[in-house]
Amino acid sequence: MDKMLLEIENLVVKYGGLPVLQGVCLAVKTGETVCVLGSNGAGKSTLLRAVMGSQRATAGKIIFEEEEIQGSRTEYIVRKGIVYVPEGKMLFGPLPVEENLLLGAYILRDEKAVARNLEFVYGLFPRLLERRNQPASTLSGGEQQMVAIGRGLMSNPRLLMLDEPSLGLAPLLVDEVLSTVHSLKRQGMTILLVEQSVREALDLADRGYVLQTGRITGQGTGSELLQSDIFRSAFLGI
Amino acid sequence: MDILISSIVAGLLIGMALALVALGLTIIFGVMDIVNFAHGEFLMIGMYTGLFTAQSTGMDPLLTLPLAALVGFLLGVLCYAGFVRFLLRGPMVAQLLGTFGLMLLLRNIALLIFGSEDRALHHGILVGKSFDVGMEIILPATKLAAAGLSILAFGAVWLFMKKTRIGKALTATALNRQAASYMGIPAERMNALAWGIGVSSVTIAGALLVNFWSVNPYVGLLFTMIAFAIVALGGFGSVPGALFAGLVVGLITEIPGFWDFLTLAFSAEWMENVPMTSFKYMWVYVAYFVIMVVRPRGLFGWKY
Ligand SMILES: Nc1ncnc2c1ncn2[C@@H]1O[C@H](COP(=O)(O)OP(=O)(O)OP(=O)(O)O)[C@@H](O)[C@H]1O
Ligand SMILES: [Mg+2]
Repeated sequence: MDKMLLEIENLVVKYGGLPVLQGVCLAVKTGETVCVLGSNGAGKSTLLRAVMGSQRATAGKIIFEEEEIQGSRTEYIVRKGIVYVPEGKMLFGPLPVEENLLLGAYILRDEKAVARNLEFVYGLFPRLLERRNQPASTLSGGEQQMVAIGRGLMSNPRLLMLDEPSLGLAPLLVDEVLSTVHSLKRQGMTILLVEQSVREALDLADRGYVLQTGRITGQGTGSELLQSDIFRSAFLGI
Repeated sequence: MDILISSIVAGLLIGMALALVALGLTIIFGVMDIVNFAHGEFLMIGMYTGLFTAQSTGMDPLLTLPLAALVGFLLGVLCYAGFVRFLLRGPMVAQLLGTFGLMLLLRNIALLIFGSEDRALHHGILVGKSFDVGMEIILPATKLAAAGLSILAFGAVWLFMKKTRIGKALTATALNRQAASYMGIPAERMNALAWGIGVSSVTIAGALLVNFWSVNPYVGLLFTMIAFAIVALGGFGSVPGALFAGLVVGLITEIPGFWDFLTLAFSAEWMENVPMTSFKYMWVYVAYFVIMVVRPRGLFGWKY
């Protein structure tokens, strides 16, 4: 069996006393692509923010590479190798595309590695190369998502967490972004993906979890989930 | 006409120094959205640092700048780590009242140590000297040096923010604190750095101003107000905006001298009793209100 990269045990997160995550358990093995499915407000983003340390958890454990990281600072968690591509992209809008990408490599001191990663990102998204000197805020939604993902890849992450990368994109761009995620997966990247495009996400992922109002209500491979009752009632309305 | 040109020149010179005064305020605001009411008190500390170092060592006042910068940096980091950090956990009003309290504290400490009297520098290579550049424009050497060195300091800070790894991280934090932390940029250290740089740039400005401006424990308020107006005009958090607005404010404060000249020239009786120079800071606030009404995010928009 492959080694566990990320393990979340009984995670509880509250916003002002109101529980949003109520004992979530989830695991990602090295090399795996795992998706978390859930409707609006289920707590998907909260889960990822808790892993990043930008949302404090009330109880539970978060273990990354056998180290308990719950309660650590975000900058420490990033240095450990977890990268979060946030919902809504959060680009540095007025700065040029390339500056955004380079900021993604802030924790890397080795300039050769940075140059190599930049080349890799431009290879992945040739459109960003054309627009490298343009302020990021002037790009289209799809291109901005590419910057957000590219920026995340710049620091050689060991775990890439993507929060609804297809949100608000035209169908054609959804395919483009998700096929990039697919090619990252083939290159061996470990990915934790949060999505609302259920079928696309399940096609892509090795395994999936269903998150409903703060609880994991189902898990399994894509085909297992597609057949399970709870999943069908939650997402497919059957 | 000559008096107009000399007003403009004087306005630009003082404007460069005022831009440096405002720079620290805009950096601190830009990085952590906190309004620092004690800004002028840090300027006062820079002025006293320059004054006493020059007087006690016999050094030229201009040579005290590195010391003023160091004092400012340490003081800024200390204020952040020992005080402001805790304010951030509270609501907005705690931050306002907190830095307001810091202002009162620093002012009263100065009052206790230095007394309330005005102190001025009377020596130094530049003090009292001036250049006659023709056309009746006389440039006091101290103001010329203060302007030049202000621009230099301003440019150095700007280059630091644009070109260095740490400076870029600071810029990124100002633009989007959350996203910057996701890049592994340490938010707490960036806050401390912003306070270090912000306070050190204003103490440098103080050590420059003391060459031609006398200092007392109350001097800070005027400069806090001017710096607020500059930051609002130039756009909260904008570095180029601070430079531009500093020059504008410098011009506004100096050109009323030209109106006094008009008063004399046209011997308008009603104007004679109202010397425009005594209202020079009023014009700054008139401009400030006009901009706030017409374009509330300032001339340069939001952050960079
Ligand atoms: N900062 C906050 N303060 C208070 N409540 C919050 C906060 N952030 C999120 N919530 C609440 O927590 C719940 C879960 O939010 P979360 O953003 O994690 O959902 P999500 O599954 O990512 O939804 P979406 O698909 O819309 O992105 C929601 O009910 C939301 O209103
Ligand atoms: Mg979300």
